[in-house]
Amino acid sequence: MNRESTMTRLRVNGQSFPVAADPARRLSDLLREDLGLRGIKVGCDAGDCGACTVLLDGAPVCACLTPMAQAEGHEIRTVEGLRGAALDALQTAFLRHGAAQCGICTPGMLMAATALLSEVPEPTEDQAREALGGVLCRCTGYGRIIAAVCDAGRALAGPRPAAGQAVGAAIERLDGVPKVDGTEVFGADHWPQDALVVRAVRSPHFAARFGFGDLDAWSGARGVQVFTAADLPGENRFGVIPPFADQPALAEREVRLRGEAVAIVVGEAGVMAALDLVDFPVDWEEIEPVMNPDTALGARPVQAGRADNVLIRGRVVQGDAAAGLAGAAHVAEVEARTSFVEHAYIEPEAGVAWLEGDILAIQACTQAPVMDRDGVAKVLGLAPEKVRIIPSAAGGGFGSKLDLSLQPLIGLAALKTGRPCRMVYSRSESMQSTTKRHPAHMRARIGADAQGRICGMEFDGTFDTGAYASWGPTVANRVPVHASGPYRTPNYRAETVAMHTNGPVAGAFRGFGVPQAAVAQEVAYDDLAEALGMDRLAFRRLNALEEGEASVCGQVMRGVGIGACLDALRPRWRAAQADAAEFNAAHSGVKRGIGVASCWYGCGNTALPNPSTVRAGITREGGLRLHQGATDIGQGANTVIAQIFADALGAAVEDIALIGPDTALTPDCGKTSASRQTVVTGKAALLAGQALRAQILARTNRAAEARIGLGPGKVVVTDAQGCAEIALADLPEAGHGYVLMAEETYDPPTVALDGNGQGAPYAVYGYGAHLAEVEVDLALGTVKVARITAAHDLGRVVNPLLARGQIEGGIAQGLGMALMEEYVPGRTENLHDYLIPTTGDMPEVEAIFIEVPDPEGPMGAKGLGEHVLIPTAPAILNAIRDASGVRITHIPALPHRVRAAIREAGR
Amino acid sequence: MAPYHRPETLPDALRLLASGGAVAAAGCTDLFPATPRAALSGSVVDLTRVAELRGISETGEGWRLGAATRWSELLRTPLPPAFDGLKAAAREVGSVQIQNAGTLGGNLCNASPAADGVPCLLTLEAEVELASARGDRRLPLATFITGARRTALDPGEVLVALHVPARAARGRGAFRKLGARRYLVISIAMVAARLELAGGRIATAALSVGACGPVATRLPAQEAALLGLAPDAAAAQVSAALVAPALSPIGDVRGGAEYRIEAAVELLRRALSDLTIQGFAKGDMR
Repeated sequence: MNRESTMTRLRVNGQSFPVAADPARRLSDLLREDLGLRGIKVGCDAGDCGACTVLLDGAPVCACLTPMAQAEGHEIRTVEGLRGAALDALQTAFLRHGAAQCGICTPGMLMAATALLSEVPEPTEDQAREALGGVLCRCTGYGRIIAAVCDAGRALAGPRPAAGQAVGAAIERLDGVPKVDGTEVFGADHWPQDALVVRAVRSPHFAARFGFGDLDAWSGARGVQVFTAADLPGENRFGVIPPFADQPALAEREVRLRGEAVAIVVGEAGVMAALDLVDFPVDWEEIEPVMNPDTALGARPVQAGRADNVLIRGRVVQGDAAAGLAGAAHVAEVEARTSFVEHAYIEPEAGVAWLEGDILAIQACTQAPVMDRDGVAKVLGLAPEKVRIIPSAAGGGFGSKLDLSLQPLIGLAALKTGRPCRMVYSRSESMQSTTKRHPAHMRARIGADAQGRICGMEFDGTFDTGAYASWGPTVANRVPVHASGPYRTPNYRAETVAMHTNGPVAGAFRGFGVPQAAVAQEVAYDDLAEALGMDRLAFRRLNALEEGEASVCGQVMRGVGIGACLDALRPRWRAAQADAAEFNAAHSGVKRGIGVASCWYGCGNTALPNPSTVRAGITREGGLRLHQGATDIGQGANTVIAQIFADALGAAVEDIALIGPDTALTPDCGKTSASRQTVVTGKAALLAGQALRAQILARTNRAAEARIGLGPGKVVVTDAQGCAEIALADLPEAGHGYVLMAEETYDPPTVALDGNGQGAPYAVYGYGAHLAEVEVDLALGTVKVARITAAHDLGRVVNPLLARGQIEGGIAQGLGMALMEEYVPGRTENLHDYLIPTTGDMPEVEAIFIEVPDPEGPMGAKGLGEHVLIPTAPAILNAIRDASGVRITHIPALPHRVRAAIREAGR
Repeated sequence: MAPYHRPETLPDALRLLASGGAVAAAGCTDLFPATPRAALSGSVVDLTRVAELRGISETGEGWRLGAATRWSELLRTPLPPAFDGLKAAAREVGSVQIQNAGTLGGNLCNASPAADGVPCLLTLEAEVELASARGDRRLPLATFITGARRTALDPGEVLVALHVPARAARGRGAFRKLGARRYLVISIAMVAARLELAGGRIATAALSVGACGPVATRLPAQEAALLGLAPDAAAAQVSAALVAPALSPIGDVRGGAEYRIEAAVELLRRALSDLTIQGFAKGDMR
């Protein structure tokens, strides 16, 4: 601290607390660190996200922008002050409406809404949107939050389905209460008292060689410790796909992206808070960076081992694309470009590491605990069983928290110092150093015959994969498999290349490249419909894959729901067309238009194993426990997996206690990515539930439809003949401390792809289609999305409340990608230059659930999480074109780009 | 050890700042984002308790707005329709959270080219009242902000208040802001307009544009072209030829220079369209 602490008192939540602190200290920091009020979340330290909103004499302020001195003498209210013995009405409404997904923005939302409700007890939606406009949410798309605020005080308790009836019920998320009362533990929210603080020294350059000065002198003078790559005991190379692992935890001699870490500094919290890293002894020798993926081939190699800067190429070929196009009556050509997109979860990476004997424990936000364990073990030279990963609640992930970030750094610090070590990324550090969505430069040619049937398609895509591999291979492989869209495409060639540059590492982001490819394909489909004089929806319906038809990979498709999704849009399509025509006849400066686009998406790894294992057991005392290892990053796995398990077992959801995820306690459920958890872990949970049920029924000889209940020391099985009991005290231990136990593994069956990408890459696919209605301001080029009708085939809707949340949240991210999100390395490393949608940018969303059961998915279920993002951007682009006549193929469609296109078109 | 002061009178504040080196702080909505640290560094003189910097009042010569007035306080204060644009701008400053902390004076002293408060205050012909240990002075706002993030504030000097002369507190004001999203957004371009009528005709037109140059600027040529028109005819008389020469926008991630000029012209039309004749008091019709 740079000044003496002042002794004073603060009034917080009706109580007076003595504090000794720097008067110029951020109130957020003081409340979290000194008073332990960790319900206050810090997302940006700049007033850009509102997560730290507290009330000062009833008025919402950002605690990160409030010096402690200005809070003296005022009443501070935080999320911890909302609930008494029970949740308050607003918190209850948040649970009932599914307004909290990951929960990181929830405290800020609740406080901003509390201020509104104290002045306007029954606000309109517009009032709620305005009052909450200063709090960003990346998960929900805001719709459920606004609904909860407007319904506060009226919301009733959610359904409590009886045993065997959980699947299909809109139950509240089982892990919801901590998210609304401020007690949820995110990466930055837990640390042992004596924890040291870790900070990273990062490259200010895109590419540079570097050397260190006198580290010992620098650290000695400051009472801190410094560790570099030379201190890493293991192999300094990590990556999510082991054959491509190429990223150092700490760079050696050369940095390849801005924000790459070269050293960590570790010290006592007070020392670290005052420490200035500006004079850290490192000398940089800048290298001309490679920034353009189109010219990276033949440029200076970003990595010595990949001389041509090609990470990988992907390819799917079926039939003869050139011949198909040559024979087409109409051919559409599209060249499309997309930008780096930042995940912009509101929780920057954070975590803590400590030693438990000879085991290194790491509690941090993650989507992939077992991958983290193995990656950390490799870098730190430990056996995997000597690393324990305890996922904290993740304040959003969307793909980026699949990769290691701070885990090896805090792990190294804990090993070297023997002390618990914690680290919280700043917003700019998070944005600079973690992964992005791949920018794509795509060319597509699609042909249709005179009747409107697709007869050929060629697709070439260059993807900027940045400095290191991350998920570049996945994107390069997934895109050619999906670039046709869910349409019958008999002659097909799709090729991709992932190019290294000195840009940020491009990795996984909801959809793995498929949202980019859909832009090129769906814009071309509108070209074709126009050339054919066909209705755009009818054109898509004509070409939609049907049950039993082959995909571009030659896979015979089952449970195909795209036709049903497109059919479900038809009533609104007609009405929206009429609405737009009527509006446009009466208005000249603002024009309305509508657009449609589809998605399909294979759930799980592309033709690679990705098993999940679920364990469940009953204790001698009669406790039912589900070891649920699928990380819930807000999407709802904790609830959905439990619902499937409950119905498979025949017990009530409320009887289940969830265990984990924790690599010491839960079997491997793989990573939360590729929309796989409901399908893969859900199926493992189904099998585990069925296996446990079979054991119980065998012991009681009861009918197949019997209900299973639990009591103290007993299991009660009820059918038409009456009750039977299993006295648990009499049973021997069945393993893991349980007297009844089942553990089942499920790995979706796939067939490897051959050199032409032919095979069966996924066991289960999901489908969807969006209808976007927009208004384009012709003079300013601004676009307002008024409404999106989203039809999604989920096979079986496990939880309508959570499914709706996924749909609205995916649409928000798709809208952002379409209209405003463009990460410019070195330029938009904060949440005021990098824009994501606010409450005022979201359309009305109508979600339509389609249930075409999948023969492989659990109870027919398919994945949903990524699907929803795919059609949004192309549907919006097609609607912009319908409204304004301009065809936008460079996203985001920022106002200046739309206006330039309109000007060029002479309108 | 660097102190943190919370003076309650202007003389105390000036004495604390006179030695130089201390940071003058108010809403802190620009100071905190500029540091990665958990606390503001160096000596701080927190001006939010200084009585002379607080409150909005009508004076013999017009209106006085204390520099430490927060945007939400401005919004709650009944003011003549000439201030409607400034109130509209206040609602666009960051978010409710920022409006509850940020101050009018801070917005001016931070001197961002995209400061939301400046265009309207220019159309209100605001003057700034500055004080230092050496004495007081007043400057027109247009002279006070000298460039992007530069002001005429001398070391040790404090912006005490804004003064809107009675002659400029007349008529009606409007404000339009363009951003790439609805809330919490930095302007691509923004405009303010204030019209006074006499006999149903425009007797005074004050127009300004922000975020289209290092400093927000008035548009004298365009203003002159509106005099004598019926207000409902004003929007049609806005022309790029009169507006563009006054602007010097940059191109950045939010938009190119050409687009900014085009947008500013369109926003001016819309701001003037907001000032329909129906909105003016009967007295203006005489």
